[in-house]
Amino acid sequence: MSTTTAVVRKNTYYDSVSLMSVSTKANALDGVDQAFTAMGTEMNKGVLDNLGLLTDELKAAESGDLMIVLVAEDGADTQALLAGIEDLLTRKAPASAGGGEVTYRTITSAAEGIDGANLAVIAVNGAYAAREARKALDSGLHVMMFSDNVAVEDEIALKQLAHDKGLFMMGPDCGTAIINNVALCFGNKVRPGNVGIVAASGTGSQEVSVRVHALGGGISQLIGTGGRDLSEQVGGIMMVDGIRALAADPATDVIVLVSKPPAPSVEKKVLAEVAAAGKPVVVWFIDGSEEAVTAAGGHFAAGSLQAARTAVELAGVEQGPAGTFDAEAAAQAVVASLAEGQKYVRGLFCGGTLCDETMYAVRDAGLDVWSNIQKNADFRLPAGSASRGHTFLDFGDDDFTNGRPHPMIDPALRIERIVEEAKDPEVAALVMDFVLGFGSHEDPVGTTLPAIQEAQRIAAEAGRHLEVVAYVLGTDLDSPSVAAQSDALRAAGVTVTLSSTETGQFAREIAKKAQA
Amino acid sequence: MSTSQHPELTPAAALFGSDLSVVNVGLAMFDADLRAQDAKVSTLDWTPPGGGNPEAARALDVLDAPGLAETIEAANAEAVERIMAARPMLIGFGRALDVVPGMTPTTILHSGPPITWDRMNGPMKGAVTGALVFEGLAQDLDEAAEVAASGRISFKPCHEADSVGSMAGVTSASMYVHIVMNETHGNIAYTNLSEQMAKILRMGANDQSVVDRLIWMRDVFGPMLKEAVELTGPVDLRLLLSQAIHMGDECHNRNGAGTLLLFQALAPGLLQSSFTTEQKKEVFDFVASSDYFSGPTWMAVAKAALDAANGVPNSTIVTTMARNGVEFGIRVAGLPGQWFTGPAQQVVGPMFAGYKPEDSGLDIGDSAITETYGFGGFAMSAAPAIVALVGGTVAEAMGYTRDMGEITTAQNPNVTIPALDFQGLPTGIDVRKVIDTGILPVINTAIAHKEAGIGMIGAGITHPPVEAFTQAATALADTFGGSSS
Repeated sequence: MSTTTAVVRKNTYYDSVSLMSVSTKANALDGVDQAFTAMGTEMNKGVLDNLGLLTDELKAAESGDLMIVLVAEDGADTQALLAGIEDLLTRKAPASAGGGEVTYRTITSAAEGIDGANLAVIAVNGAYAAREARKALDSGLHVMMFSDNVAVEDEIALKQLAHDKGLFMMGPDCGTAIINNVALCFGNKVRPGNVGIVAASGTGSQEVSVRVHALGGGISQLIGTGGRDLSEQVGGIMMVDGIRALAADPATDVIVLVSKPPAPSVEKKVLAEVAAAGKPVVVWFIDGSEEAVTAAGGHFAAGSLQAARTAVELAGVEQGPAGTFDAEAAAQAVVASLAEGQKYVRGLFCGGTLCDETMYAVRDAGLDVWSNIQKNADFRLPAGSASRGHTFLDFGDDDFTNGRPHPMIDPALRIERIVEEAKDPEVAALVMDFVLGFGSHEDPVGTTLPAIQEAQRIAAEAGRHLEVVAYVLGTDLDSPSVAAQSDALRAAGVTVTLSSTETGQFAREIAKKAQA
Repeated sequence: MSTSQHPELTPAAALFGSDLSVVNVGLAMFDADLRAQDAKVSTLDWTPPGGGNPEAARALDVLDAPGLAETIEAANAEAVERIMAARPMLIGFGRALDVVPGMTPTTILHSGPPITWDRMNGPMKGAVTGALVFEGLAQDLDEAAEVAASGRISFKPCHEADSVGSMAGVTSASMYVHIVMNETHGNIAYTNLSEQMAKILRMGANDQSVVDRLIWMRDVFGPMLKEAVELTGPVDLRLLLSQAIHMGDECHNRNGAGTLLLFQALAPGLLQSSFTTEQKKEVFDFVASSDYFSGPTWMAVAKAALDAANGVPNSTIVTTMARNGVEFGIRVAGLPGQWFTGPAQQVVGPMFAGYKPEDSGLDIGDSAITETYGFGGFAMSAAPAIVALVGGTVAEAMGYTRDMGEITTAQNPNVTIPALDFQGLPTGIDVRKVIDTGILPVINTAIAHKEAGIGMIGAGITHPPVEAFTQAATALADTFGGSSS
């Protein structure tokens, strides 16, 4: 029999990522059957309840209280194990150059105390994020808000406040920015240069920055506006301010805009800025239309690759010869190896825009596509339902992330799904993305490969060839590098595509031919 | 900030033109990512508002509403100004029955928020029964317990009688008290005399030696102090407090300098008093027996100053923090007369040999009035020598004072801390800031044994329960925010 011990440390706060890492290390301690360190949120208590570990003491814990639950193996020294967990929890002083670094408790005091502080990265629970952002703006700091689940009313008020102060209020819900060549939250290591990006889409802007880099160009600034910025309600406050800032920035020669199609009134506003920018502006509104962009004097891009190519060309950077990828021929070879009944493509994505770009490529071939992020409600597939037909899932969408880290940090849910899909005899190909860079999992390919191999084995045992297609979003400067991750995939028999756009083309051709 | 270095630039252009320096809140992993890119980053030790209590966050939103926020700011500025401008003077000593308002022969004052006899903890019951024997209201401790439970005794918080009391705070009619007048605003505060250390009434001890000492204090010590001040004239206590803090006291748990200064001020009067040389030597020996002699005096200083802020309308400044061993209570300037309470906490710190943490009574006493004013735990940086007592480092001592700056409103220019470049005491705890930052006041205090009759067994630090502040924030929101929910 194992013994269960629960400890609640009142008013002791750790962020969820640190606690996950502590839980992982705690589970590896000798004598631990199961260990769990988490804040006393309703969700975490729900998890414990499901495990049958929710004691009355834990039930009374609040979201600012730390819960430590230890299930020790029979005969293990519970006190020693608890001490071991406490040791893991002990805050290690952050590595600092000078020593004697002051740890601040609030944004206001940090902004006052640190000479030259100019930006706050806010990644607290969404319920508290707006309050922290307001403090940062009131202290004269620009804000990058990584948190999600922030009320749209708060977003509007914060952006209006930022606008009035001339500050950036980046985010929420799009955790990407590059400021002064430093990537904030999710971002890739790219060359400095003269292409500036303003984006309402996280992975969409990562893809454009990475492609610009691969084409020999570089990035001056990447301003992430937050996924809802171009909605009717928010009204594009941050995108307009972002365009103006880059228009005024002497280091930026070309501006690229990335977003899902804006609300019509907002599109008008944004395109008016495009016309007034005084610099070439490339516009990639995913699944958007060309006419209005051209009328405003912008350069329309139908996809991420075209956006990057046009930007680099306008930036005056010498490009190598455009690679020619013959998606049709490649797909022909794949389809020839399929068994009877293998008809469908299943896309399993971490990046929402990467999912969109591939899904729309397939849909534009006249095929039905099902997805948890389908605009057309008739084809919407809620998280948790089985795939049907051509299915494209964005594991970074709120349905999946609810209370969990983003799949770019913790790909566990997608890993399960890879194996699941392989059991479906109608599946011809699995298409997936791996996003490298700051903020992401340290080895996304390595942690997923066993599941891919398991999927391949399941198909092979049933006499099928399962085509696995993967796109690795990253640069040669990222750690791990795009080359290292791609090589590992190829060695496992995975077809590696070289851009998001190409991934869509390949998926489309496979889907067309397999279903035909 | 960079924005102020380039006034001609827009904030965006200033950002693009300077080195990125990030304040990171919430996810530690971004700290490493930013450092890996050679960016400057400072990651906060962040706590959710109100310890994650949604009720507290809602109250805060009400209090932050435009209009009300400005009203509160102005009220708090006034409250803090009153606290800092107060000039507490020691104007005399006297019998509680003669000087403390509302005192009767059967009144027992106690520390903390109101509490009934049956709910009192061990040390407080011990002190009450000892005081009843001392007053002749009972023959022995057993009878005293019966008398205490009989309903014939009026129990009342010291704080509701313009008084403060260390530890159990038990003050009965015949005990001598300090009379400290706030010369600026005219109010008076009272507190009883130090019994010096260890086996004493205020820690719950109550045997014959304790009662005998109380009798001597009533007959010799108190009256001699009374005469002394009559001879020397009023003593400016804020000045002495300021000097003591410059000399390395934090004037709650460490009182060596303060006691020398106070004794220096009183000595001529004591010498000139009408008592015998033998009695004067007893008094001198008694003062020398413990540095704590001036401890209660500083409590009365803080009480006299803070009471001047009571009743400032719309203020969210804390004017009382006090514990009765069962509950921790706070009072707020803008809601006079109301207590907001939560469970008294364990005090963590070194114990006298032979005692273990499970022997401790919970946090008790009105002495947290010192932290409410801005010294004690708040001035830990002034008293590096006490850091060992609380098991920390000197750097941590500096950190305590800095953290208390996060939840207070002003720095008191009259009482400063040399090691912090003569920064003033962090003054005016703001309920809103406590909830907002999740930082609780730090309190230096003594530990009494949980059983009656034993006394002090250690010292350490503790914090108020967050519940008291959540309650206060909710009441403030309901009262100031117009409609209650």
